[in-house]
Amino acid sequence: MSKPNSERRRRQTLIAWTFAAPFVVIFAVFMILPIASSIGFSFTDMTARDIQTPFSVDFVGLQQYADVLTDPEFQNAAVVTALFVVVGIPVTVALGLGLALALNSGIRRFRPIYRVAFYAPVVTSVVAVSVIWRYILARDGLLNMLLGTVGIEGPDWLNSTTWALPSLILMAVWRNTGTLMVIFLAGLQAIPPDIREAAAMDGAGRWRRLRSVTLPLLRPTMLLGGVLISVGYLQFFEEAFVMTQGGPLDSTLSMTYYTFNTFGFGDFAKASAASYIMFVVIAAVSVLQFRLLRRST
Amino acid sequence: MTQPKLLSARPFTYVVLTAGLVAWLAPFAWMVLGSFKTQDEIFADPPTWWPQSPTSGNFTRWLTELNFGTFFTNSLVVAVITVLGNLLFCSMVGYALAKMDFAGKRILLGVVLVTIMVPGVVTFVPLFVIVAKMGILDTYGALVLPFLTQPVGVFLMRQFMLDIPDSLLEAARIDGASELRIFTRIVLPLCGPALATLGILTFLGSWNNFLWPLVASQSESMYTLPVALSLYSTGQYATDYGTLLAGAVLIITPILALFVLLQRYFVQGIATVGLK
Repeated sequence: MSKPNSERRRRQTLIAWTFAAPFVVIFAVFMILPIASSIGFSFTDMTARDIQTPFSVDFVGLQQYADVLTDPEFQNAAVVTALFVVVGIPVTVALGLGLALALNSGIRRFRPIYRVAFYAPVVTSVVAVSVIWRYILARDGLLNMLLGTVGIEGPDWLNSTTWALPSLILMAVWRNTGTLMVIFLAGLQAIPPDIREAAAMDGAGRWRRLRSVTLPLLRPTMLLGGVLISVGYLQFFEEAFVMTQGGPLDSTLSMTYYTFNTFGFGDFAKASAASYIMFVVIAAVSVLQFRLLRRST
Repeated sequence: MTQPKLLSARPFTYVVLTAGLVAWLAPFAWMVLGSFKTQDEIFADPPTWWPQSPTSGNFTRWLTELNFGTFFTNSLVVAVITVLGNLLFCSMVGYALAKMDFAGKRILLGVVLVTIMVPGVVTFVPLFVIVAKMGILDTYGALVLPFLTQPVGVFLMRQFMLDIPDSLLEAARIDGASELRIFTRIVLPLCGPALATLGILTFLGSWNNFLWPLVASQSESMYTLPVALSLYSTGQYATDYGTLLAGAVLIITPILALFVLLQRYFVQGIATVGLK
């Protein structure tokens, strides 16, 4: 009995890898090889000039990592990214949760319209959206015009070292709230209604039901949404690239932007080291969020 | 006591949601209005809401001076090929992972799952080196090949195919159908919703993709729409908001229309990728 069985398995293995072959080839060349090479690059002194002979570079150990970490520009980028994340995530999560709760509170009319409207910014191109927001945030733009009607003289948002980063956060919140709303809505709809009804029967009021029943049950979904959005925010770049070019005075120069600039200067090894430092930060933040939320459940 | 409270909460909810909706859609409305304004009116003081002398000049500029046709074709060709590649390759490997027992299966699945979590910034630099070394920079190859498959797509197809009953496939095998025949005649037709979700998410990603095409295309004839718009918005047209807003309208409208028509699959995609 075992012989035909192993024969069959061998045949299946062959068939399975044939099915997997196109994926495996593309994946190996454009995903696995780059992941492996950027580790490799980061321990060398590779620059744009070595592009045709990537194996003739010198090994420099951890020098690139040390250079990145001690680079004041990278340290500034880390602070900028941290500010973006620390302010942006709570706001996005709160808004996404608020919208999901409102849409799940039993309203029927116009519900699909609300959902489409709040999700619409998610499907739009960063570049296109940046153009709109640059126009809105210009010194004589829509925002300052609206502020003017209530007697406030708005700053030149994107050219102010104080306001450029908050402006980008505002735009990121606008673009990402829809994603969290959809994820949270799916989570809310997965909570059996009889649990909340039971709580209501026991005399729990609206607020109490939300705090003691709904939110605890929503915790896994919130964790997932939180990780998803953190990973995105930690890599923020495109908004800054199109709207502020990292300025004014590097006040919106994020870690990804730093990596991109380093790459642009042809310093491929240093850029690779910077990208792995970011990878470690992103992985650490994800793990930390899992830990924190698991402990509090 | 909770009953009247519930009732009174409704109108309040509607008011808040509607105020939010107006704020959320205002940037789009402002974009469309601005795209029909003349350069003088765009920053007129006092500003105008409705275009006083509506012009289509901003749009015709894209069609005549700015090679819109080329950029649009590039965006579309790249997106369509990327979608087709993903539908075919991700579902093939997804089928193997979901319904076959073979040596190396666990490793393959593990590698796929781990790479879902690797951020794009890590592969960016070596990807450029590899593509440059292959000599395909500034060609469709550079824009398409790295995106023909994605680990997340494999995962999505595999998860969906796990739910296809084995008995269905066994019956076909007993009838002597080859694996290829089973895949094309039984499995793929059952995967409609998953293929739609994957196709739409891939199209969206490709249509909006920006950083890689910016780096990988060097001549204007290879620009996609976002690349063209970003270069104009930081270059010679930096202050020509009419032209830039018209460009934004041209990029956003197709994808927004697609979203409104097929929103079920968009939302499903987020929920599947996010929740499973």
